[in-house]
Amino acid sequence: MPARLEIALKDHLIDAEGEGIRRKAANYFGMQLSRVRSIHILTIDADLSPEQLKQIQTEIFTNPVTQISSFEPLAVSFDWTIWVGYRPGVRDNAGATAVEAIEDLLRLKFTADAGIYTSRRYCIQGSGLVEDDLDKIAGELLANDIIQQWKILPQSNWDPKNGIGTIIPKVRLDHIPTLGTVPIDSDETLARISVERNLALNPNDIPTIRSYFMDKKVQADRARVGLADPTDVELEYISQARSDHCNHNTFQGLFHYRNLTTGQTERVDNLFKSCIEAPTLALKSQKSWVVSVLWDNAGAGRFDDDHYYVITGETHNSPSNMEAYGGAITGIVGVYRDPLGTGKGSRLVMGSYGYCVGPRDYRGELKPHLHPRRLLDGVIEGVRDGGNKSGIPTTFGQVIFDPGYLGKCLVFVTAVGIMPAQIGGEPAEQKRTSPGEWVIMSGGRVGKDGIHGVTAASETFSENTPAGHVQIGDPYTQKKMHDFLLEARDKGLVRFITDNGGGGLSSSVGESARYSNGCEIELEKVPLKYEGLDQWEIWVSESQERMTVAIRPADLAEFMRLSQKHAVESTVIGRYTDSGKLHISYAGKTCAHIDLDLLKSGFPQWEFEADWISPEQRGLFEPVIDSPQDYGMLLLDMLARPNICATEWIIRQYDHEVQGASVIKPLVGAERDVNSDASVIRPVLNSSKGLAFTQALLPAYSAIDAYHMTSCCIDEAVRRLLAVGAHLDHIGGVDNFCWPNIQYHPVDNPDGKFKAAQLVRACWSLRDMCQAYEIPLLSGKDSMYVDGYLPGRYGEMHKVSALETLQFSAISVVEDIHQCVSMDSKVSDDLIYVLGITRDELGGSEYYAHFSEIGLNVPRVRAANFLVVYRALNQAIARGLVASAHGIYRGGLGVHLAMVAMGGNLGMQVDLDRVPTSDLNHNPAVLFSESAGRFIVTIDPRNRRDFEKLFEPSTCACIGTVTATPQFEIKGLDQKTIVSVTVSALKAAWKKPFGDLI
Amino acid sequence: MNDVNVLILAGYGLNCDNETAHAFTLAGAQTQFVHINSLIDGDARLEDSQIMVFIGGFSWADDHGAGVVQAVRLKTNIGERILDFVDRGNLILGICNGFQALVNFGLLPGFDQNYTRRSLALTFNDCGNFRDQWVNLKTNPASPCVFTRGIDSAEFPIRHGEGKFYADEDTLARLLEDNQVALQYARPDGNLAQGCFPYNPNGSLHDIAGICDPTGRIFGLMPHPEAFNHWTNHPDWTRRREKARRQDRSPDVKPTVGIRMLQNAVDYFRTE
Repeated sequence: MPARLEIALKDHLIDAEGEGIRRKAANYFGMQLSRVRSIHILTIDADLSPEQLKQIQTEIFTNPVTQISSFEPLAVSFDWTIWVGYRPGVRDNAGATAVEAIEDLLRLKFTADAGIYTSRRYCIQGSGLVEDDLDKIAGELLANDIIQQWKILPQSNWDPKNGIGTIIPKVRLDHIPTLGTVPIDSDETLARISVERNLALNPNDIPTIRSYFMDKKVQADRARVGLADPTDVELEYISQARSDHCNHNTFQGLFHYRNLTTGQTERVDNLFKSCIEAPTLALKSQKSWVVSVLWDNAGAGRFDDDHYYVITGETHNSPSNMEAYGGAITGIVGVYRDPLGTGKGSRLVMGSYGYCVGPRDYRGELKPHLHPRRLLDGVIEGVRDGGNKSGIPTTFGQVIFDPGYLGKCLVFVTAVGIMPAQIGGEPAEQKRTSPGEWVIMSGGRVGKDGIHGVTAASETFSENTPAGHVQIGDPYTQKKMHDFLLEARDKGLVRFITDNGGGGLSSSVGESARYSNGCEIELEKVPLKYEGLDQWEIWVSESQERMTVAIRPADLAEFMRLSQKHAVESTVIGRYTDSGKLHISYAGKTCAHIDLDLLKSGFPQWEFEADWISPEQRGLFEPVIDSPQDYGMLLLDMLARPNICATEWIIRQYDHEVQGASVIKPLVGAERDVNSDASVIRPVLNSSKGLAFTQALLPAYSAIDAYHMTSCCIDEAVRRLLAVGAHLDHIGGVDNFCWPNIQYHPVDNPDGKFKAAQLVRACWSLRDMCQAYEIPLLSGKDSMYVDGYLPGRYGEMHKVSALETLQFSAISVVEDIHQCVSMDSKVSDDLIYVLGITRDELGGSEYYAHFSEIGLNVPRVRAANFLVVYRALNQAIARGLVASAHGIYRGGLGVHLAMVAMGGNLGMQVDLDRVPTSDLNHNPAVLFSESAGRFIVTIDPRNRRDFEKLFEPSTCACIGTVTATPQFEIKGLDQKTIVSVTVSALKAAWKKPFGDLI
Repeated sequence: MNDVNVLILAGYGLNCDNETAHAFTLAGAQTQFVHINSLIDGDARLEDSQIMVFIGGFSWADDHGAGVVQAVRLKTNIGERILDFVDRGNLILGICNGFQALVNFGLLPGFDQNYTRRSLALTFNDCGNFRDQWVNLKTNPASPCVFTRGIDSAEFPIRHGEGKFYADEDTLARLLEDNQVALQYARPDGNLAQGCFPYNPNGSLHDIAGICDPTGRIFGLMPHPEAFNHWTNHPDWTRRREKARRQDRSPDVKPTVGIRMLQNAVDYFRTE
């Protein structure tokens, strides 16, 4: 008989969770609740005696100081109560740790059938509430129907004896694993079955796949192991390996680029090779610090003689869009496995985030699955728990709001790790599998998680069908695995390691077996969360927190001993061979037998039409806006724009200094509340070298030209690094493309050709900028389908496509952290300089966006000219001449002078007439143009001569002074004071939009 | 000079192991990571160490109250050995999640030499969120706490979601009366925060940030001294450096107050 333990805080204590719900109901829905209390419920589906239940109640699950609990429903008063629990198969992290704690205390082992399920009950008081209100609170605040179920009860229907009843979300499949085969009598049959079974085979690949299985020699080989037609395991393997996610078919595609303005055409073969690989390899040969690029889970650069850093970035968009918390935590925990699976394994040292979502206050007619406000809340919390519970500092991040992300949000997550240069005398960045080594799966167990997410989403749920397509990452299990695998690495036990992410074992084993040239896998050995998975499901499941490791037979016992010590499950699931075959069996019966080199054979290249239409030809123009009269109010309103205003509430929820390595924090300044240009950490604690990290996102410029969007992004990332004291000689990049679908379709995607041209142009810019700034691309990923379908007011569906978006992350080694600089003004009477030239480049700016305009004159990167300034700034910082340095980014000079002043909590007097410009005669252009290549620097007046000597006068001008009085004053081009506001007024405006979110 | 050995408990989601070891090394100690299971299995010995550190992190993911499951596991399996360790005159330090574990084990407050009774709680922050923020701290010169000797104020980061110090009135009165309250949240001017957010970042009663047992040898605190192991950890360091430059002097790079706090523990065994 299952027991149900209800636990609550004592009545007189503040219930912060309940209070948060009360506040959100008021802020989001205008509902006045008088009191909300939360009750934690453990449903214990295990054979425990009353004494045992009592023991776990008092010793584990009830804090005698703060909590009350009971196996009967708690008598917490309410007008309505809402119960929320998980659907079957959803990862219940707290349920799993409860099992561990109970097993330990009672010294027993739960049977496979037993379990603990956690849920919550909310006791809500408020007058005049009706069931619809509660439905709204449940469905839009407390639960997501994709992963959770709920019940709403009024006080009048409450049974004080049975409470909410006993609901056990246990997965029962009642299914005998069955191997399927697929007839291949014609291309049409295979195509049809691919659609039916959601294999997602590309129609162009089908002839190649068929001809392989029709080959006489292949058929003879297969007959020897009892196979004829391809099995579902085999087709799933091919489908996964050939997917755009794993194979980057888009970037390796053939683009027929046409410039419709000039009529010129160009054949662009393989953007990855021409724009990413070639420049990066060329730079690798010139720069000795580039250690390992373009093949492993993350790229590696040299930190010092004894250490390499590794970096990679990913997105987790579609899952986050459906279930924000689960998607985001799975994303961050997932990207943290990449450095862990790089070389022979790296220790994680930092992470970052980039969120692109719809407007937080969206009140339009379209109905996204999750309102942007709620979606952002969930994403923030997911990355928070994923990062904080992994013990990895989240040192940087950005948020962009744009209606284009209503269709699908973007969740960028980036991870940085560090590895010793050598392990046991061998290069740590290298790894390979060899015949005879064991294939080991470590970490979590396998369930129906992440299998064919799209079809699963459209199936109807029964009480016991697993809602496995949306996952919830488990940082706790992964942290244990991380500690274990690094200890195993340091003992020299790890020969090869890679993570199980997209494609699961199919991808990790398939790729690792290419080194030894073969493997034999016994699928029945793979530990499962519950019985009843088909063989192909075990093979492609994307259940999280798993790594695949190759271990020499002689090391197996030691590896397993360490695994046990760290309370991590590890299982031998097969052996690497040199047979040339991927050979998979289940209980002795072969279910796949396929040549590993099949994937190298001639699959057809994807092809795209790419039509470029210039902005002028698309009808873009510079808007006609006369000079404003009230610049003070304009500046305050600019500071309060969602893409500029303070986001301290997010940053402080993230532990950004665990590991004790923090040098430049994400928030800096006198009041520690203004965003830093970049973060710096000291990942090797007894070294004075640092790692500077930053990223940039400028999707607004894509509305004009994705070439310049990309250039400006890269330039911004470079300037962000330089501003904190990083050097131009060592900058590594990570490109994360998120693009709407570029495959033209006359009805479904009529502007596909234009989006394809934008992609080509973005890649050209990536190539040009990386060459100009000498940035090897250490890692990169693409997510090519950032489109969503949203129901409108009349039941019609609207396709909503995101702006073409690139997140560019950049990393650098700082030789001496003591030379790092922060962006805040420091001392009154310091001189304020602007470096770089301000041009008439308001196209795509926040200023124009403030007036709902786009414009035409998008900022351009003049790399050769900029580099002269950048080198000089490098020198100035190295010589200790700079008190503060800050790039001029979104919002332009006016906004960023305000940032520097707010950082220092000191005033400023500046004169726009002294700003180096391309003959601008219009105050708004000087204040709000977003020209690239610029910085604001403050210096000690004593350093004036030394500082100015480093720069050309045309790109460096003293525009004013820092003042002790915290008054922010700007004189316009005509020498009249156009802005005079207090710094506290600036800060109040800047913090107003999100300030009360804490 | 004799080696002072520091045992740093690790595993099960704890995560401040590296920086805690680094900070103790700077404080002059020998450090050793010991997985909780190695201590339970007997692979590692408590007897060789003088200082045991319960570090920060998310042991068992903090799913059932921060530090609760860690305390249960240690108490159930090696409770007696830990009590013996205390009896032998050694020191125990609990930082953040470690403080939560000490409180749930009962090693704090340790009234009347009872080191297993739970009478304190570190519960959810009043602000409702996990929070990372540097705080100003004031020590209690009358406290027997070994770790805070000779230190009157400090700044460290807090990084927690469950750091609100809570106890009933009698317990609080006794803690204050007996000077077991060793560390309190303060304003930058040195006055107590008096509950005012964000100076008191979590709503802790009486601004309590850290307490010791009646002997002063067991100390738990929510802020992270080990995260202030280098002068560039301090949020104002670039500002301080600049001001020093204006006076043509070098910035203050002496051991941080975080290191000094740990040095106090190491020195305890060298001087007594």
